[in-house]
Amino acid sequence: MMARWRGGQGNWWAAFVRLAPTLWLAAFFLLPFLIIVKISLSQTAIAQPPYTPTFDLAAGLAGLRAFLAALSLESYRILGSDFLYLASYLKSLQVAAVSSVILLIIGYPIAYGMARLHPRWQPIALVLVILPFWTSFLIRIYAWINILQREGLFNTALAALGLVDTPVAWLSSDTAVYIGIVYSYLPFMVLPLYATLEKTDATLLEAAADLGCPRWRAFWLVTVPLSAPGVAAGVLLCFIPIFGEFVIPDLLGDSRSVMIGQTLWTEFFANKDWPAASAVAVVLVGILLLPIVLHQRAQARADKD
Amino acid sequence: MRRGFAPWADAGARALLRLQGVSKRYGDIVAVDALDLDIFEGEFFALLGPSGCGKTTLLRLLAGFETPAQGSILLAGEDIAAVPPYRRPVNMMFQTYALFPHLSVAGNIAFGLRQERLGRAAIEARVAEMLALVQLEGLGARKPHQLSGGQRQRVALARALAKRPRVLLLDEPLAALDKKLRAQTQFELVNLQARLGTTFVIVTHDQEEAMTMAHRIGVMDRGRLMQVAEPSELYEQPNSRWVAGFIGEVNLIEGRVAALEPGIAVVAALGGHFRVGATAGVGPGDSVCIAVRPEKVRVANAPAAAPTDNCLAGSVVDIGYLGGMSSYQVRVADGFLVRAAIANATRRTTPPIGWDTQVCLTFAPQDAVLLTR
Ligand SMILES: Nc1ncnc2c1ncn2[C@@H]1O[C@H](COP(=O)(O)OP(=O)(O)O)[C@@H](O)[C@H]1O
Ligand SMILES: [Mg+2]
Repeated sequence: MMARWRGGQGNWWAAFVRLAPTLWLAAFFLLPFLIIVKISLSQTAIAQPPYTPTFDLAAGLAGLRAFLAALSLESYRILGSDFLYLASYLKSLQVAAVSSVILLIIGYPIAYGMARLHPRWQPIALVLVILPFWTSFLIRIYAWINILQREGLFNTALAALGLVDTPVAWLSSDTAVYIGIVYSYLPFMVLPLYATLEKTDATLLEAAADLGCPRWRAFWLVTVPLSAPGVAAGVLLCFIPIFGEFVIPDLLGDSRSVMIGQTLWTEFFANKDWPAASAVAVVLVGILLLPIVLHQRAQARADKD
Repeated sequence: MRRGFAPWADAGARALLRLQGVSKRYGDIVAVDALDLDIFEGEFFALLGPSGCGKTTLLRLLAGFETPAQGSILLAGEDIAAVPPYRRPVNMMFQTYALFPHLSVAGNIAFGLRQERLGRAAIEARVAEMLALVQLEGLGARKPHQLSGGQRQRVALARALAKRPRVLLLDEPLAALDKKLRAQTQFELVNLQARLGTTFVIVTHDQEEAMTMAHRIGVMDRGRLMQVAEPSELYEQPNSRWVAGFIGEVNLIEGRVAALEPGIAVVAALGGHFRVGATAGVGPGDSVCIAVRPEKVRVANAPAAAPTDNCLAGSVVDIGYLGGMSSYQVRVADGFLVRAAIANATRRTTPPIGWDTQVCLTFAPQDAVLLTR
């Protein structure tokens, strides 16, 4: 009897551990998301909260029917009709895509170099990559404002080198945004790349050399294909948050060409249009699910063969 | 094994691979120590030695993954010590196989051919040929992780042979296989080598494997080649105590040369005299070692009435029944233990000679080897 009881308890615990991620997602992603979906189907109102309808439990079934009847797709219609939104989405797509490519180009050599370091130095290199996280993200972005401003470090250096005569206006430009984003997200690209490259079996490179492949070609034929999972992880880890990035473009970017995160912020806090803001967020989540689903599919395929 | 194939015995023959004074160090460790070795075209050569003796390092020097600190490595007369691995006409089969996990079986076999910029049709034809050679037809599209250990081993072999190397290097190629598969694969490798005529250099720590497969064996210890010889010579004519002890079982009886007769040395050891075929260069008074294999020791039941030469009197302390053989341990003078093996030529359930029996062990002068090293 005792053994059975204990077995039952064990099963409970196992079930909980198996379900924990799902429960977590349900409580902290799915539920808030459903609330956002609901708000996106409402209309703005000068009230507290600033939208209607609100669901009144006391009104019972009739109340529920009235509530459902009051929901509408008006916010989504606005989203489709005003070019501002589409422009913001495209801007986000452009920034996320270009930044991811730049991050990959810069991050890959760094990760590759780290993976080839003597094992004694690798933990130190790893700490150096994570070191920026010791300082607040916001402070580091403000530091970039300082560096990039008209009389800042960057222009001073360029002038000292004789590369420019008059200071360049770096701030409030796409360049500044890219600098800020690439700087901030580099560790998220380097770490997954390093994790895969570090595991590369050196014997495979010897086998390639043995079969007549010089080192540089072995890099392209063996190292790069084998690091594909790291590339996918790094790109995904950067692309998704960059797409919704708000702080960096807001502080460093041009206010005339905004990313979707900024549009969302404006709807919420400046226009107090919660339904529109929620609709923007719902569409954003929909867009970002796409690369994740593609990645999962690719992975399932890779696992199968 | 090909009959009459012995280019090493021919003074006029030129070696395909010639190592001269080759050394390799890792810090303080001398992995390969001033090593000289000739390997001939078409030979199946085995490097045999205990773990850590430098076999893999020697193979890696031949493949080009390591460069020697001293010495030269000549392939068909040309020094290749400084030639990078990707330009050597030599291929290696790795101990871990090192198959590319992202490529199919066919992709793995074609990898080396692609580096030669062969045409597509030529590559496909060669891949098909190699798949047939290792009996993996129809598995070309599989990925390495979808294969069994034995199949992976064949892919590695096919990949290494696809480029028609002058020399194929095999680092413990059978170590990862189970016993039954290993025996079968040994046989197949020997057949394959005989059919292709490619020079094989195989590394192993398994002496039985080396004995059954190779034309000649180089026995290594601590970076040095102790003896290079055909399997039978290695067993019957070891050149040192170390080699005699490393290959098979042996009784090593230390003594001193008492007298020399024509072709025979009389050795004083264990309180008696032993007549052994003399080795060139031994003189009276030299301290020597008599090496005699257990199966060459005869066990006589009754102790000899009067001690004669080549007789070790003692009592049986242990008997091991091994099926085809029985192994006897006999304690002789000074508490020295001598091992004798007797073929069980007839069916018997009790040993012909029992425990604690007083016996006399003898051996013929030509059945023992006199060692000075
Ligand atoms: N890359 C290396 N760095 C340092 N020492 C090594 C290296 N490779 C081999 N050795 C040492 O050289 C010796 C010979 O090694 P190895 O050739 O692998 O022996 P085997 O293959 O006969 O077991 C060993 O003592 C080993 O520890
Ligand atoms: Mg080894």
